[in-house]
Order: sequence, then structure tokens, then C-alpha cells
Amino acid sequence: MAQAVTAGHDHAHDHTPPFFQRWFNSTNHKDIGTLYLLFAFSAGIVGAFLSFGIRMEMEAPGLQYFSNPQTYNVFVTGHGLIMVFFMVMPALIGGFGNWFVPLMIGAPDMAFPRMNNISFWLTVAGFMSLVCSLFVEGAPGAVGAGTGWTVYPPLSTAGHPGPAVDFAIFALHLSGAGSILGAINFITTILNMRAPGMTLHKMPLFAWSMLVTAFLLLLSLPVLAGAITMLLTDRNFGTTFFDPAGGGDPILYQHLFWFFGHPEVYIMILPAFGIVSHIISTFSRKPVFGYLAMAYAMVAIGVVGFVVWAHHMYTVGLTLQTQSYFVFATMVIAVPTGVKIFSWIATMWGGSIRFTAAMHWAVGFVFLFTVGGVTGVILANAAVDRYLHDTYYVVAHFHYVLSLGAVFIIFAGIYYWFPKMTGRIIPEWAGKLHFWLAFIGANVLFFPMHFLGLAGMPRRYADYPEAFAGWHWVATMGGHIFALGMVVFVIGVVLAFRSKERAADNPWGEGATTLEWTLSSPPPFHQYETLPVIVDEPSHAH
Amino acid sequence: MTVSRNETQKKARTTALACLGLVVGMTALAFAFVPLYDLFCKATGYDGTPLRGAAASGAISQDTMVVHFDTNVAPGLPWRFVAETPQVEAQLGATKTVFFRVTNTGTVPSTGIATFNLQPGLTGGYFVKVQCFCFNEQTLQPGETMDFPVVFYLEPGIKTDSNTRDLTEMTLSYTYFASKNGQPQAALATPAGTRAN
Repeated sequence: MAQAVTAGHDHAHDHTPPFFQRWFNSTNHKDIGTLYLLFAFSAGIVGAFLSFGIRMEMEAPGLQYFSNPQTYNVFVTGHGLIMVFFMVMPALIGGFGNWFVPLMIGAPDMAFPRMNNISFWLTVAGFMSLVCSLFVEGAPGAVGAGTGWTVYPPLSTAGHPGPAVDFAIFALHLSGAGSILGAINFITTILNMRAPGMTLHKMPLFAWSMLVTAFLLLLSLPVLAGAITMLLTDRNFGTTFFDPAGGGDPILYQHLFWFFGHPEVYIMILPAFGIVSHIISTFSRKPVFGYLAMAYAMVAIGVVGFVVWAHHMYTVGLTLQTQSYFVFATMVIAVPTGVKIFSWIATMWGGSIRFTAAMHWAVGFVFLFTVGGVTGVILANAAVDRYLHDTYYVVAHFHYVLSLGAVFIIFAGIYYWFPKMTGRIIPEWAGKLHFWLAFIGANVLFFPMHFLGLAGMPRRYADYPEAFAGWHWVATMGGHIFALGMVVFVIGVVLAFRSKERAADNPWGEGATTLEWTLSSPPPFHQYETLPVIVDEPSHAH
Repeated sequence: MTVSRNETQKKARTTALACLGLVVGMTALAFAFVPLYDLFCKATGYDGTPLRGAAASGAISQDTMVVHFDTNVAPGLPWRFVAETPQVEAQLGATKTVFFRVTNTGTVPSTGIATFNLQPGLTGGYFVKVQCFCFNEQTLQPGETMDFPVVFYLEPGIKTDSNTRDLTEMTLSYTYFASKNGQPQAALATPAGTRAN
């Protein structure tokens, strides 16, 4: 692997602006990264509260907490939109991306620091709009948008005459604009501002993952923006893009939405792929196995991710040939994903493994993401999907790859980089206890959903027959265990800030080879005033 | 390895503009998809969009298929709408005419336009409409009744397509919608009169 020989940073000129200037007009990539992480945590609390409402209601048959099932649908919709657009994306892309892409590639900051600030505040404004939508009328006689995160017409047009859906659409517009600006920033930074000597093929995998993610954002989000703009004009200005009364077609919306929606799932997981590679490499004290294959596997996943969208729509009446194509193309994605899974295992193989808290989360991720990936391959079959479409099996599948995949890596990243970001140390026992509670909790929460789905329990229903009660009760108990883990996490962070212990520049030892570990912990406000130079080190050649 | 600050900024601006071009292009593509999708449906009969064509000229096959008719009126239009027969048995390649009866049961004149779809959607590419009331809007006086013909034929190719050769029946469904302010809603999507599907 490449290594830096000089990493100049000058503490003498390190000065931070006053509070308001620093946090509200921020142009510093590390501060914006911190803002994104804090925002993602806050939005995550709201999203978790909504999921708690869902789980409490589903604990037993009948309506316990929701007098109006439409309100339950609003909770489901809010949970989905918040977790996707305002928790996972801000944490992985805005948070870790802003913090560590410039540090890892040896850049002093992002290419457009001021645009970076706009990206963040657009995301916050989007969240505000989404919160507003929870409190205004949506469907007749109920507040909030109960459309699901997919916002399919005609439910989102004829079914929701109130302004709630408009607010939700604006939320997506705003956060989408923020994400697009952020993506432009990442691409420009990565392509133009790498340290001298750092070619693309020497670039750390997290930077690779962010580059691919940024391109996916750039190509997919405008399509979502177009689709929801059409929805908006259908709702308010009498157009009939999706209204059969005027010659439109609601299926058209599904095509447009999933052309965005499928790359979106890779947008959420690719940064996690990048992070987990660094963590496993660090704590195995080995360079990551098959570096180039790892990088191009992500590129392949990104490219193929754009041509598989209709596997979300097997039931709309596609021809057999079309379905066969989408089954095949979807399964092709398992190949580069398999390359990544096996390379992570091969990185650990023969390594000097240390099971730190971050490593627990990373290995847990590899295991659970594989489970989610396998159910994904099952769902990719059009014939099987006839049976499982819109059941809890699908809910289990995407929570395994997102709630147990992306979210696990958000925590892995926090435990891995917390010393670097803050200079403080979260006690290892807290990270490990948090892991075991989350690992057990999330499995108890989501694994029974496979059984529920196979038994025919449909998604997005507030009530269900007695027969499903057992596993729903188990799932809710798992939710409580997971929530307990979050308490441990908060305790760990509080302890870190109360402790006098300070992190070393590189607390993880020789396995941590990326540039951020050559800086102080926390890094100086302005880093790399003299750019680091990357030279090949023969002993680490791959 | 010293690149001047200005040069870096210039390169950054070029990259950012290229990215912006990509975003604009993808947005344009999203909107371009609407007419393209419409065109695609009309050209291929995708998703149950019947084709529009001239009278049948090809060979008439001995095979027959049953075509069911389904008639609906959207809320807000006080019309009664029925087909003269619930279904016909159509010889492949032979032109068929079926009449649909529409009555305005309301007290004021009203204007409606019908949309239509075939199920299973796969049959759309083999159902050719020669003449249909659904190509234009209709205005009915209170109590007025009119009979509208639909002239169609089935392409014999339906029996050679592996997707459709096992089918023995299909349903042609119509829904009458109210036209708003004399301006058919359909005109907002595509100009009335040029609508072919």
C-alpha cells in the first residue's frame, strides 16, 4: 500500500472562528462533517421514535395505539423517508464522507467549501419540510403523508388531497438538491485534489466508494426530482402525467421512481463498503485483499445497479422476457458483491486480528449483510417474488442490508474514527456491549420477519390476524433490545467526553495506514498546508 | 508536482460544470421519458395499449379468441355506459364491430372522454383498433343516448408469440371520464385528435 512520507501540518496558524461563524457559516469540511453526523443522529432519533410506534402497534393484533390506521401509515412513511434521506445518507455521505475523504486523499479541504455548507443546510431544510408534513392534512381526515417512501400515485395524488404530500415532495427536492451539490463537490475534490503521487489506483477504498456513490447520486437523483415534480404538478396544476383520466400512466411513475430507487440502495451501502474495508484491514494488520478488485467491484455494482430497477415491479405486468432479463441482471450484482464479501474474509485470513469494538461491528456487518444479500437473491426471482412481493419478507430483506448493514457500519465508523474526530476515547466495553445488544436485538427484531413474510403477512398494515401474533411479539422484543443498545452508545459517548484520557494520533497501530492517522487527534482546523507526498513502499507492494 | 492554485481551481470548475451537465441531462431525460414512454406504448402495445391501424388486410385465421368488454364511468359523470354484448368471439384477422351505448342520465349537457386498456397487458400489441369512440370526446344532452362503434381486429401473430399463444380470452376495458371546462383532460397530456392509443 502507498504511504505518506511527509504530512506537514502547522499548528502555529491553527485558529478556529467564533461559535456562530464556525457552526452556522461553516466552510470547514471537518466541521460540516460533524454537523452532518449530529444532524443524522437527531433525525435518527425521530426516525427511531416512529419505528418504535410501528413496533409497539405491531406487538399484538388489533389497534392498540393508533385509532386511525392511516396514522400508522404516516409513521411507516416518515420512518422510511427519514431513515433513508436524513439519517443513513447524511451520516455516511455527508458525515464520514466530508470528514475523511479530504483527509484520506491528502486534500486541505473540499473543492467548494461554501457549496458544502449549502448542501448541509438544504438537507436540514428538507428535514424541516418533512417534519411539517407530519402535522398537516394528508389523506381526508388524517394528518401526514401515508404513502410509503415510494409515494406511488394514485395514492399520493387522488388519495392525499391535503398538503402533506406536497411538503414531503419538497423535503425530497431540498435534500436531493443538497445531495447533488454534495456529490459534485466530492467528485471534484476526488478527481482534482488528491495529494501528489496518489493516483486513482492508490486511493483509499473509502474515497473510491464515495466517488462511485457521488456518480450514482448525480445520475439517479435528478430522475427522482423529475418524477416527484410531475407528481407535484399532477397534484396541483392539473397535469396528468400519472393520471389515466388524462392519458397518463401510474406505472410510468414506478419506472421513474425505481430508476432512482434501486441505485439509491447502493448509494446507502457503498460508503459502508468503503468504511468496512478500512476497519477490517486495520484490525487484521494487513492491506485489504484484492484492492483493485475491491475498487472495481464497487464500480461494477454502481453500473449494474442502474439496469435492474424493474425487479421492484415484477407484479405490474412485464412480459416474461423482460422479467427474465431483470432476474438475470439482478443476480449479476451478486458477483461483484461476492467479490467484496470474500475479499473481506481473505483480508482477515491469516491476519493478526484484534477484536476491538469497531472490528466487532465490521465483522457483524459482513455476516449480516451476507444474510440480507442472500434474501435479496431469493427475492430477485420473479416467480418467487409473486409470492413475497410486499410482504414482511421484503421488510426483513431490506432491513438486513440497511438497518443491519448501513447502520452497523455507521456505528463501526463512529467507533473507528471517534478518537480521530474528537481526540477522545469511547470505552471499548461500551462499544462491545452496544454491539452485542444491537446484534442480538436486530436479529431478534428482523429475522422473524422472514417467517412472517413467508406466512403471508403483508407490509404497511396496522392490524393483522391472530396467527401472526407470536413472531410480531418477538420482533418487538428485539426492538427493545436494540433500543437498549442505543442507550449504551450514548453512555459511551458521554463517558468519552468526561474522561481525561486523550487519543494518540494513531490509536490503532500499524494496521491503520491511511493518511488521516498521520495527523493529530483531532486533526488541526486546517490540515496539509504542505501537501503529503505519496510514494510506493516496496514492502507493502500488492 | 507543484500545480498552481489557479490551475487547480480551473480544473475543479471544469469538473463541477461537467457534473452539472450530467445533472441537467438526467433531469431532461426524466421528463423526456414521459413522451418516450407514451410513444413506446403506442408503438409496441406495451402494458395493454391497443394499436391503432387501418382495416385488416391479412389472412383470416381459423383460430378464435374471446374478447370481453368492461365499461366504467368515473365518479362525477352522470352517464350510463354499456356494451351491446358482454363478449364476442373474434376470428383472428377478421374485422369486428361492437356498439357501445352511452346515456346521459343527468340534467345538464356533459362532455366525456374514454380511456381504455387491455388485459392481459401482453395482448396490446395484437389488438388493432380501426375505429373507436375513444379517439374523440363526446358531448351528450340531458337524457340523450348514443351508440358508438368500436371496429377492431386481432392480429393472428398473437398465436405465434410465446407470451400470448396460450391465451384464449382478453378483456377490453373502457372508463369514461368527465372533460373539464370543455377541455378534455387528455388534451393536457397529448393534443386531442392525435391520441392514438
